[in-house]
Amino acid sequence: MSKQTRRNFIKTAAVAGSVIAGLPKKTDAAPKNILSEDRMGVLVDTTVCVGCRKCEWACKTAHNMPTTPLESYDNREVMKKMRRPDHTSLTVVNEYEFDDYPEFPIDVKVQCMHCDHPACVSACIVGAFSKEENGSVIWDSSKCIGCRYCMVACPFQIPSFEFHKAIQPEIKKCDFCFSRTKEGKLPACVEICPMEALTYGRRKDLIDIARRKIELYPDRYINHIYGETEVGGTAWLYLASRKFEDLQFPKLGNSPAPGVTEAIQHGVFAYFLPPIALYALLGGVMWINKNRKKSEEGEE
Amino acid sequence: MEDFMKPTPLKTKYFTPGVIVIFVFATIGILFLLARLFFGLGAVTNLSNQYPWGIWIGIDVAAGVALAAGGFTTAALGHIMHKEEYHAIVRPALLTALLGYTFVALSVAMDLGRWYYIWHPLIMWNGNSVLFEVGMCVMAYLTVLYIEFIPIVTERFIGRVSLPGFLSVLNKPVDSLLRILDKTLDKTMFIFIIAGVVLSCLHQSSLGTLMVIAGPKMHPLWQTPILPLLFLLSAISVGFPMVIFESLITSKSFGLKPEMKVLSNLGTMIAPLLGIYLAFKLGDMVIRQTFVYLNELNTASILFLIEIIFGIIVPLRIFISPKLTKTRAGLFIGSALVILGVLLNRINNFIIAYNPPYKFTPYFPSIGEILVTLGFVALEILLFRTFVMIFPIVSVPQPLTSKTKFFIRGK
Ligand code: SF4
Ligand code: SF4
Ligand code: SF4
Repeated sequence: MSKQTRRNFIKTAAVAGSVIAGLPKKTDAAPKNILSEDRMGVLVDTTVCVGCRKCEWACKTAHNMPTTPLESYDNREVMKKMRRPDHTSLTVVNEYEFDDYPEFPIDVKVQCMHCDHPACVSACIVGAFSKEENGSVIWDSSKCIGCRYCMVACPFQIPSFEFHKAIQPEIKKCDFCFSRTKEGKLPACVEICPMEALTYGRRKDLIDIARRKIELYPDRYINHIYGETEVGGTAWLYLASRKFEDLQFPKLGNSPAPGVTEAIQHGVFAYFLPPIALYALLGGVMWINKNRKKSEEGEE
Repeated sequence: MEDFMKPTPLKTKYFTPGVIVIFVFATIGILFLLARLFFGLGAVTNLSNQYPWGIWIGIDVAAGVALAAGGFTTAALGHIMHKEEYHAIVRPALLTALLGYTFVALSVAMDLGRWYYIWHPLIMWNGNSVLFEVGMCVMAYLTVLYIEFIPIVTERFIGRVSLPGFLSVLNKPVDSLLRILDKTLDKTMFIFIIAGVVLSCLHQSSLGTLMVIAGPKMHPLWQTPILPLLFLLSAISVGFPMVIFESLITSKSFGLKPEMKVLSNLGTMIAPLLGIYLAFKLGDMVIRQTFVYLNELNTASILFLIEIIFGIIVPLRIFISPKLTKTRAGLFIGSALVILGVLLNRINNFIIAYNPPYKFTPYFPSIGEILVTLGFVALEILLFRTFVMIFPIVSVPQPLTSKTKFFIRGK
């Protein structure tokens, strides 16, 4: 390699390097993920819930989803089987019977937990999910490409997908009634609940309330607020009279679900240094090998 | 004296009985794809809210990317380490990678619920998303692969452009365009070659990071923070076996003599790479003490053992032996095992290990999913055959009178 081409080599390599470095910095490229002091939440007291499923009806009605009339919800047949939220219902109530108290089944309302460090927000390839100031985790249909990575990521297995649609299938999940709360209304499910099993309020206050309840009625509740620390905390919190695993809550650690991935991701891409270093290293190796070949050929 | 080797378009009849069978598979696959486009994912696949990803991601995308690793590993060997004796395999490997990644992109598109939004990540960024990074790297690498392929096109057509009919007035301009392209690329190709290797290292490893966020939903035998490293190491170790495997099949199918010397030399490099992969895989198992899960006999533990024993240890034994690496059978079986091992590893990571907390029916791919996957493989084989017959890709011995020297890029 002559001096001239050598210089060219370095110059061109430098240009290529800076092009790669010009790619987005992680801060401008992340979706909205606000963790406000005053974020809202809901405390679900499963010892109060009677499984009337009015919340299911209210939720559907508030989201313009087809539903049978409210009276039909008195039919408890459907509760014989475990159900999950999906595109027909953003929330469902499951009932669990236990041999020690057969006459007192426990009812558990299920919906998105609105995590404080949501895996779905971190995972979504186009940033279609966002954590809003009021605590809601919502989904933007105009961005979503339907890759379903959010479903892989969510530790509570919440986002559901309209597999039956060929055009504009949507990710369906509880949106914490984002448009209602914006207008100062209560979430539809909270508003309708006749037993006041659902309490809407600042997450901070809800935790205080939950603690006090546990303190006052140590026989009624186990000493665990589900969602207080799970995967770094969730906006929806649960109280129960028995172990949460018995009620099919997933057993999760306290560190945020996206933690490990984001650490790896940002380690590899710290200011794009590792890729650039690799680029430079390979360029150097290539250059040395070429020159060696050249000089060997020269000697021949 | 050895024959002088030069990449040349191969001449043979396109359709043989084998090719016709492959053609039928490709057609069936395309029909099912049409059904998917018209009636939605649910109509053709067994995907559900419990199992959002199936074999189209696990095999077509994840394994597809891994098995296209021959492209960047041979580029690193031939161009960056500058080992000229391997130049004969760089082009076939490049073509495989090019087709492989094209079909990866196609598979991703077909798996997207809204395939027509596939361009969204270009303008809607989420730097926290591993999938975003994989997507961007794959897109960039695909572009690089096409650029790396241009010199083969110019070599084939410079001075030979003859467009039909009235288009023939364009012959001259197209020819000069090709010449300009050829000259510019000749000087700058090394940028793309290095970029290709960097991009490959990035997305091969990030493909492993993808499943890390699934956390406890992943079986502990596979869920580990070093998944990206394991993915990278396995991709690097499957690169050469893939090249060997393909080279042996191409020679067989076109009635050429396989380049045994080059292939055996490649073979000797596989053992250390597999060894490193095995060391990390076992080390990870020991450190996280996941071997306890091997006490239970279930699908997960059995598949894990198959992956390690037949995908790594047996081929490692084959490639360690200098005698076996010199034989066609040894090379073929060894390479095939490594390939199957990595394929199984990707299926394990993306499908077998995925264990959602609430499930109603276990996932098993539908007929439609399987036929589409087979159809894509069939299409790839057909295109490979077409390309090696049009472009100078496979090196064949030349008559000694030939004065033209094998033209090497990046020199
Ligand atoms: S429960 Fe799942 S969908 Fe809801 S915010 Fe958390 S990660 Fe997202
Ligand atoms: S399916 Fe939509 S919302 Fe979910 S990760 Fe993919 S693009 Fe994001
Ligand atoms: S908060 Fe709104 S969207 Fe969520 S379950 Fe209740 S009613 Fe449905």
